[in-house]
Amino acid sequence: MIHVRLQAEPFDAGAELARLDALGGGGVASFMGIVRGDDGLIELLLEHHAEMTLAMMQALAAEAVERWDLLGVVVLHRHGALHPGEPIVFVATAAMHRGAALDACASLIDRLKTQAPFWKRESFADGRQRWVEPRASDDAAAARWLRGEH
Amino acid sequence: MNILYFAWVRERIGIGHEDIDPPADVRDVRGLIGWLAARSPGHESALQDTSCLRAAIDQKFVDLDASIVDAREVAIFPPVTGG
Repeated sequence: MIHVRLQAEPFDAGAELARLDALGGGGVASFMGIVRGDDGLIELLLEHHAEMTLAMMQALAAEAVERWDLLGVVVLHRHGALHPGEPIVFVATAAMHRGAALDACASLIDRLKTQAPFWKRESFADGRQRWVEPRASDDAAAARWLRGEH
Repeated sequence: MNILYFAWVRERIGIGHEDIDPPADVRDVRGLIGWLAARSPGHESALQDTSCLRAAIDQKFVDLDASIVDAREVAIFPPVTGG
């Protein structure tokens, strides 16, 4: 089961986990990213490429299913204007054993950050706006999965 | 050829996409960026430092040295920051 969605609306993480729980595996792992309100942030705008972003999310999900022999995977990402406390991304994996579920989940979120075409613009209470720059630590996190260190 | 801009590249240029017909001697993404930079002060501001730019041709990430011959869509953007 591969379930990938790109949407402006909120999602129901519990319902997504229930789909994976029902697949009969031995473990389900998940990660949910939430907008932080650091430094007076009031809005996070997520820009994406209309076709390419979803296609990349689907490709990463399919690759994870193959590599870790997953029973199921859910990858949800929101776009548009989001606010502190709102979920922005959700990744969940179901496998026969915990190792595959956990590694696949971590790999997916690391690779989404560096390979899915999203761009974030932060708006602050004092009127400042800035586009988020990629962090070297994000690249390093994604690269270790490509090098097969896990 | 459909050119797409994202994030601060889009903001500085002031538009999200444009249809253009580059001359035959513009053969790769880097050359295309250089040619586009001359179109307006906004283009120049957005496109002058290619070390900050990434690209995709027909929705696949490519190096700036990739050929644009036969490309239908070229997207130009800063490094991605999803998740």
